[in-house]
Amino acid sequence: MSLGYGGRDAVARLSGAFAPGSFTAVVGPNGAGKTTLLRALADLHPPSAGRIDRGALVRADIALLPQAARPDPRFPLTCRDVAAQGLFPRLGPFRAASAAQQAAIDAALMAVGLGGAGAEPVGALSAGQFQRLLFARLAVQDAPVLLLDEPFNAVDAPTVVVLLSLLAAWHREGRTIVAVLHDIDLVQRLFPETLVLAGAPVGWGPTAEVLTPANRRRAGLDAPDWSLLDGIASFAPARSRSAA
Amino acid sequence: MIHDILIAPFAMGFMQRALAGCLALSLAGPPLGVFLVLRRMSLMSDVLQHGILPGVALGAVCFGLSVWAMGLGGIAAGLMVALLAGSLARATGGREDSQQAGVYLIALALGVAIVSAGRGIDLAHLLFGSVLAVDRTALLAMAGAATLTLPVLALIWRPLILESFDPGFAEAAGGRGGLWHLGFLALVVICVVSGFVALGTLMSVGLMMLPAIAARHFAGSLGGQVRASVLLAVLASVAGLLLSFHLDIPAGPAIVLSAGALWLAGVVTGPRESLLRVAVADGAALKTP
Repeated sequence: MSLGYGGRDAVARLSGAFAPGSFTAVVGPNGAGKTTLLRALADLHPPSAGRIDRGALVRADIALLPQAARPDPRFPLTCRDVAAQGLFPRLGPFRAASAAQQAAIDAALMAVGLGGAGAEPVGALSAGQFQRLLFARLAVQDAPVLLLDEPFNAVDAPTVVVLLSLLAAWHREGRTIVAVLHDIDLVQRLFPETLVLAGAPVGWGPTAEVLTPANRRRAGLDAPDWSLLDGIASFAPARSRSAA
Repeated sequence: MIHDILIAPFAMGFMQRALAGCLALSLAGPPLGVFLVLRRMSLMSDVLQHGILPGVALGAVCFGLSVWAMGLGGIAAGLMVALLAGSLARATGGREDSQQAGVYLIALALGVAIVSAGRGIDLAHLLFGSVLAVDRTALLAMAGAATLTLPVLALIWRPLILESFDPGFAEAAGGRGGLWHLGFLALVVICVVSGFVALGTLMSVGLMMLPAIAARHFAGSLGGQVRASVLLAVLASVAGLLLSFHLDIPAGPAIVLSAGALWLAGVVTGPRESLLRVAVADGAALKTP
């Protein structure tokens, strides 16, 4: 299938399957169509050609965590309110949460390390804590398929560890996880499967087989060759005032 | 003495009708205003109040000063302005606020032109309202708007919060964001229009927005802010009608000035996030180390 975006193909002729229970990283340069792919998988972006077969999955079975867009910090909601939003796909506008679902909200807040912050306003959270809260909301959604767009951007290292261990637990529970990531080391260390996108698919399969030096070069994933800068710019330390 | 100032005016029929109407508006408008503030759409109310004028004026010119004709014309014009600005912005990639400014400036000029062309319509009454004009029909319109707004707001409460807070998540969660947004806008238009007889098209938004803007100085939670906004609007309505009666000024500006005074009081001395609180907190922070 292909995905159009703004009149051109963002993802061209991608063909393959995310196996149930698979744990896949999507990597590629900016503008490679990674976000569009996630949106298409979540049924928010119709393919321009081909089709996506979701089997028996319904909308509520697919949870999408969009790229960090921090909502208004002054919004008068508590952390627990936001975690509870994870129930919306199943409850809709009217139904009330059951006791088990209420307990799931508390458990999710506990799991991300915000157990004591349920009554705090969301505005009081740091960027890292806010991402933890969004993961708690994901946990409450309890979806068999999770699509994460750059979940670790602008997040401090201790939080990344907490969130990764949550992902690992969800993987063990048999959930299908697709995450767009930038950190190639992290992908090689933890993700069994990788899809390399650069407009068109470059490689898709077991991470070790896909992240070959050739593929990495093709997708522009390697660190830039900074030696190109030699002779263009030189940066000397600023002289201190007393010396001047 | 106190009885003469505060109670006696409301013994008169027209003051009773105006009070009942404004209380109905106080129930319906400010909760919508709180959401407008949260959605960073405070200025949308401004766009709407100018936008409804050509519809109201056209209704008045074609059918005389019939509340229904002017009201329906206003609702149609308000919805058109809101939707036109949004769709122009999407279709041409412009910024929505600039498109809104363009659309409402045209609407305002068109409205004034229509009113002036249709001789015999008092522009001041249309723009600033008149309590004397609140007859049974106008009262029914105001009460009807409140009767419609509150249940519909209750119905869309959860998705509206979700969509206001995190549109990306609402979309992915199947929240049908556009639908709630439209329903919400329609409610705002209906409330603005229903208030124009008493408050005038230029002033009816004031009773919706000022208490909503002030609410965050009085309550922290969303429910608390909605309740605070209604309470402030009720206070402003009573105070404004009394001002209007004693000083012989139009009800619209009087009520909006009262609401404005309550807002300023909240900004300066309110229990939350007011200048006083910030100063006290800074003072405490200075002493602790």
